[in-house]
Amino acid sequence: MDFILNEEQTLLRDMAARFAADARARQEKTPEAPDRRWSRFAELGLLGLTLSEAHGGLGGGGVETMIVAEEMGRQLLTDPFVPTVAVAGPLIAALGEATQQAQLLPALAAGDLVVVPAFLEPEARYDLAQVATTARAEGERVVISGRKAVVLNAPEADLLLVSARASGAHGDPEGLCLYLVPTRTPGVVLRAITTLDGRPAAELTLNAVTVEATARLGPAGAALPAMEQAVDRGVAALTGEAVGAMAALFDLTAEYLRTRKQFGAPIGKFQALQHKLVDMKVALELARSVAAAAAMAVDVADAEVRRRFIAAAKVQVARSGRFIGQAAIQLHGAMGMTDEYGAGRYLKRLVVIGALHGDLAHHLERFAASTEPAGPRH
Amino acid sequence: MKFAFSPELEAFRQDVRRFVADTLSPATRAKVDEGRRLVKSDYVDWYRILHAKGWITPGWPVEHGGTDWSPLERYIFEEETALGGAPPVTGGINMIGPVLIAFGTPEQKAAYLPAMRRGDLWWAQGFSEPGAGSDLASLATRAVLDGDHYVVNGTKIWQTQAAYADMMFALVRTRFEGKPQEGITLLLLDMNSPGLSIQPIRTIDGGQELYQCFFDNVRVPVENRVGADGKGWTYAKYLLGFERHGIAGIGHAKRQMARIKRVAAAEHDRGTRLIDLPRWRDRIALLEIELMALECLSLRLIQESEAKGAGAGPGVEASILKIRGTELRQDMFELLTELTGPYGIPFDEEVMRDGWGNGAPVGPAHAATIASNYLDSRKISIYGGANEIQRNVLAKAILGV
Ligand SMILES: Cc1cc2nc3c(=O)[nH]c(=O)nc-3n(C[C@H](O)[C@H](O)[C@H](O)COP(=O)(O)OP(=O)(O)OC[C@H]3O[C@@H](n4cnc5c(N)ncnc54)[C@H](O)[C@@H]3O)c2cc1C
Repeated sequence: MDFILNEEQTLLRDMAARFAADARARQEKTPEAPDRRWSRFAELGLLGLTLSEAHGGLGGGGVETMIVAEEMGRQLLTDPFVPTVAVAGPLIAALGEATQQAQLLPALAAGDLVVVPAFLEPEARYDLAQVATTARAEGERVVISGRKAVVLNAPEADLLLVSARASGAHGDPEGLCLYLVPTRTPGVVLRAITTLDGRPAAELTLNAVTVEATARLGPAGAALPAMEQAVDRGVAALTGEAVGAMAALFDLTAEYLRTRKQFGAPIGKFQALQHKLVDMKVALELARSVAAAAAMAVDVADAEVRRRFIAAAKVQVARSGRFIGQAAIQLHGAMGMTDEYGAGRYLKRLVVIGALHGDLAHHLERFAASTEPAGPRH
Repeated sequence: MKFAFSPELEAFRQDVRRFVADTLSPATRAKVDEGRRLVKSDYVDWYRILHAKGWITPGWPVEHGGTDWSPLERYIFEEETALGGAPPVTGGINMIGPVLIAFGTPEQKAAYLPAMRRGDLWWAQGFSEPGAGSDLASLATRAVLDGDHYVVNGTKIWQTQAAYADMMFALVRTRFEGKPQEGITLLLLDMNSPGLSIQPIRTIDGGQELYQCFFDNVRVPVENRVGADGKGWTYAKYLLGFERHGIAGIGHAKRQMARIKRVAAAEHDRGTRLIDLPRWRDRIALLEIELMALECLSLRLIQESEAKGAGAGPGVEASILKIRGTELRQDMFELLTELTGPYGIPFDEEVMRDGWGNGAPVGPAHAATIASNYLDSRKISIYGGANEIQRNVLAKAILGV
C-alpha cells in the first residue's frame, strides 16, 4: 500500500478543500438552490470524477472519491456527491449498455442529472437482498411496486436507481434487477424527510410504476454483486467524509482547549483533557488510515479483499466517530450542547454516516464472515 | 448481609409503585415512555399529586413537610417514581429548599417553602456564567448595595427552564477583593424584576430549555439575601451536596434498559429479532450487568453511610455514582441509536414536541425520538459537576496529594 497522494491527487485535494470551504461560506451567507450548488461541482469536474474521459469524466477511482468526500465532510456539505458520484455513476458505467452510458453519464458529469440509489427497504435493515419490491413484465414494459427506506438526497434526484425482484423468494440473492426510474414517473411517491444532520431524504413508495423494459440496468436477475460493489464504493466514500468531519471537529476542540480559560488557565493545561484530546487524535489517525486503505481497496478486483477493508473501515469509522464526537461535546462543556456553536453538527453527521450503508454491527458481521486471503499482503 | 429487602421495605416499594401507577397522568407517562419533551404542566401537575400525598419533599425536615424516610426508603422512592415514568422533581425544590430551611429567615421560609411544596413556585438556578462554569468561584455578576436594595448587573448562562421560573436563586459577587470564594452572596430574584431578561439557547437535540439571563440594574431587596453577605459560597456547597441518594439514576437507567429490550425485540435483521441475535444480545447483557453492579454499589453506599450515621447519604463516593450513572445511561442511549439502524437517520422536531400528530412516523414509532434523546443525553456528564471534575474530586480524596 502506498498512502502518499500523487501530484494530481494533491492538486485535487487542494482544489476540493478550497471549493468545499467556499461552498460552506456561501451557504451560510445566502443559501443557494440545490441545483445551483450542484452546477458548481460540475464546473470543477467533480461530478465526473469517477467516470471515463469518454463520458466527460476524469477517470478517477476510490482514492479521488475519498479526497473530495473528505473535504465535503470537513465542511458538512449536504449535496448528493456520495450517492451520485461514488455509487450511481460507477454503477451505470459498470452495468449500463452503451446507449444508457452515452445518455446518462455525460449528463451526470455535467450536473444535469442527479442519480441516487434506492436499494434498502423498510424491513431490510442493511441487507441488499431483502427486496420485497417487485418488477413484473408487461409486454415491453415493466411494472414496479414496493417501498424503499430513507433514500438519501431523493428529493433532489432526477433519477432513482431502484432494486426490484423479478423472481425468487424474499432474501434470495438471485432474481434482482436494477431499474432507472425518473422521480417524476407516475406512481412514484416521495415522502420528504430531513435527516438528523440536515440532509434531504425521502421514504419512497412505488405504486405500480411503469417503465420501459429498456430502463433496466444490467443483466436481469443478477444485479446483486454489482449493487454490493457499488455500496462498497459508497461506504469507502462515506468513511472519507467521516474522516473530514472528525478532523474538523478535532481541530475545533483543540482550539477550544487552547482558548477557553477556567481556574486561571487554558483548560488545555489540565492533563485529564490533554489525554482525552490525545485519545481523540489516536482515534482520528486510525480512522484516517484505514479509510484510505478502503479507498484504495475499492478498485481491487478480489471481492474478498475489498470486503475486508471496506468493512473494517466502516467499523473503525463508526467507533472513532462516536468517540471523537462525544468527547468533543464533553470537552466543550455546556457550549458543546448548543446548536449554534456547531460541534454537535459534526457529531450528528458522524452518527448519520454510522447508520448509512451498513452500521457497525452489519460490517462487523461482514468482516467476521470474510476470510483472510492467502498470498501477498496488501 | 441478607439477599432480600426487609418485608417493610418491600411493602414500601409496592406502595410507591402502585401510587405512581394510579395517579400519574397517562399523557405524561406516555411522553416519558416515548422520549418526548415534557412541558411545565407535566411537572407541576405531578408535584401537586405528590403534595396531596405528602410526598413532594421527602428530604426536608418533617416540620417543613418531610416524610422522615430512611435513606434507603428515599432511594427506593426515587427509583420507583423514575421507573414509573414520573417527571423528576426539579424547579429548585431539592436545591434552594434545603438551603432556605437551614439558612433562610422566618419570612423567607414562610414566603417560599409552602408555595414550593404546592407546585406554585418554580426556581431557576443562577450559578453559571459565560466565564464561570467548572470554576464557579470566578463568577463576575456583581451586586452593589444601594440603600435597602442590591443592584445586580451581569449575565448568567445555561439556566434550565428559566422561562418556567417565578424566582431565581443566584450567586453574585458583592465583594471584589480577597479570595474569590469569599465575596459571593446568594440572592433571591423575582424573574419579573425590571432589567432582568432571558434569551433561549437551542441545543443539539433540537430542544430549547436552556437560557441566558441578563441583569441590567436589577434591584433586589436586601431581605431577599440568604444568610450573610459574602457567605454564598458556603450555602452553594451545602446546596450542591444535597439529594445524592438518587445520583446514580438507577430508576432512569432501568427504564432505558426496558426500552432497549423493547426496541431490540421490535427490530429485525433478516427476520430475526435483534434481541435473539448474539451480537446484540451480548451487548444488552453487558449493559444490564453494569447496571446491576451500579445498583448494588448505590445500595451498599447508602447503607454504609447510614450505618455510620451520616444521614445525608454518600460522601465523596457520590462522585463514583455520578460518573458511572451518567456514562452508563449514555452508553444505553448510544446502543438505542444503533438498534434503530437506518431509522435513526430521519429526524422530525415535531415528533419530539407533539408526538405522531397527523402523519404516520417514518419508520417504526419507537425510532422517532431516539436520536434526539441520545444527543440530549450528552449533557448529563456535563452538568451537576462535569465528570472530569468528579474524577478530580475522587483522585484528590484517594491520593491526598
Ligand atoms: C443541560 C445543562 C443544564 C444546565 N443547567 C444549569 C442551571 O440551571 N443553572 C446553572 O447555573 N448552570 C447550569 N448548567 C451549567 C453547568 O453547571 C456547567 O455546564 C458546568 O458547570 C460546566 O461548566 P462549563 O459548561 O462552563 O464548562 P467548562 O468549565 O468550561 O469545562 C469545559 C471542559 O473542561 C473540563 N474542565 C474544566 N475544569 C477542569 C479541570 N480543572 N480539570 C479537568 N477538566 C476540567 C470540563 O469538565 C469540561 O469537559 C447547565 C449545563 C447543561 C449542559
